[in-house]
Amino acid sequence: MAEVKPAARPLSPHLQIYRWSWTMAMSIAHRVTGTGLYLGTVLIAAWLVAAASGPAAFDMAQGIAGSFLGRVVLFLYSFSLIHHMVGGLRHFVWDMGKGYEPETRMNMAKFSLVASVSLTVLIWIVALVLR
Amino acid sequence: MAEFTLPKNSRLIEGKAWPKPTGAKKLTEFKVYRWSPDDTENPRTDTYYVDRDDCGPMVLDALIWIKNKVDPTLTFRRSCREGICGSCAMNMDGKNGLACTTGIDECGAKGKVAIYPLPHMPVVKDLVPDLTRFYAQHASIEPWLKTTTPAPEKEWRQAKDDREKLDGLYECILCACCSTSCPSYWWNGDRYLGPAALLQAYRWLIDSRDEATGERLDDLEDPFRLYRCHTIMNCANACPKGLNPAKAIAEVKKMMVARQV
Repeated sequence: MAEVKPAARPLSPHLQIYRWSWTMAMSIAHRVTGTGLYLGTVLIAAWLVAAASGPAAFDMAQGIAGSFLGRVVLFLYSFSLIHHMVGGLRHFVWDMGKGYEPETRMNMAKFSLVASVSLTVLIWIVALVLR
Repeated sequence: MAEFTLPKNSRLIEGKAWPKPTGAKKLTEFKVYRWSPDDTENPRTDTYYVDRDDCGPMVLDALIWIKNKVDPTLTFRRSCREGICGSCAMNMDGKNGLACTTGIDECGAKGKVAIYPLPHMPVVKDLVPDLTRFYAQHASIEPWLKTTTPAPEKEWRQAKDDREKLDGLYECILCACCSTSCPSYWWNGDRYLGPAALLQAYRWLIDSRDEATGERLDDLEDPFRLYRCHTIMNCANACPKGLNPAKAIAEVKKMMVARQV
């Protein structure tokens, strides 16, 4: 009888089927905002280079940053910064071995979203008022 | 490395819908993952309808009902039907748990239950995953008492307070619900030990009778084995015994720091 080779085992579905939870979502958000900070820091560096290069370059950088698209990018960058900071505080609590109870961990995840959105909006309101 | 999509041979195709039982008043739809090593087809999801008046309340009851009355080829593991053997661990409505302790009505959208094998595992058949690596990882943390002092005449004694430190750890039934719920384990399961093995590692680390704490910590001091835990918390959310592997891992990390200062 010919030997029958068994079919290669498939990999069971994972990300495709797993139900999202607050802690899972805020964990990936921490990753994404962390990546956002890398990109934003490049923009900050570019702005500083422009400032150091003279008035013409600085005016151009200011123009780009002040445009609608520039402001959207700045808003996302500031949100990344705040969200990542709040997430960092959450991790700080967890690193001390606290906040692992079912309710606490979910509330901490929800809080980090609420806090980061409101803080970002608050910063923008203050910035636009003071301008 | 993180591979977010399924390999070609693992992508799901639409399966067949089995006939509804005749004369049933209350029906629940079950979408169940199917794959057989005996043909070359991709995995599929079959749809079954369970007569709830003829079936027990748990997801495992429904699977047994399907196997007995509709499709005898449906394959799954089960044994104790009371949440202590860990055999019927699977993904129900997007969350890992034991089919025997998960009520059909607990599962998400009313009248519909989706069932998959434990996530990101090689499938042996239908809902049966290959747990070889999972068990090997458990063995790798050497889950037994290690001592250097001569054995006492009777038993290794332990104070009440010290014994209490094992509560919430010794109850683990190694069902793999936690490890296979962890995205970090999905992406790095070959090098990251995963929540189940690490909870057991901690169980031996804080056992007052164990005398190999230093070596145990040395073994875990590794960017992958221990530190791939990013407190995503899926493990603690999934554990059918209500244990908290995430917290156990945090305690291990604390022990790592504590021995350096």
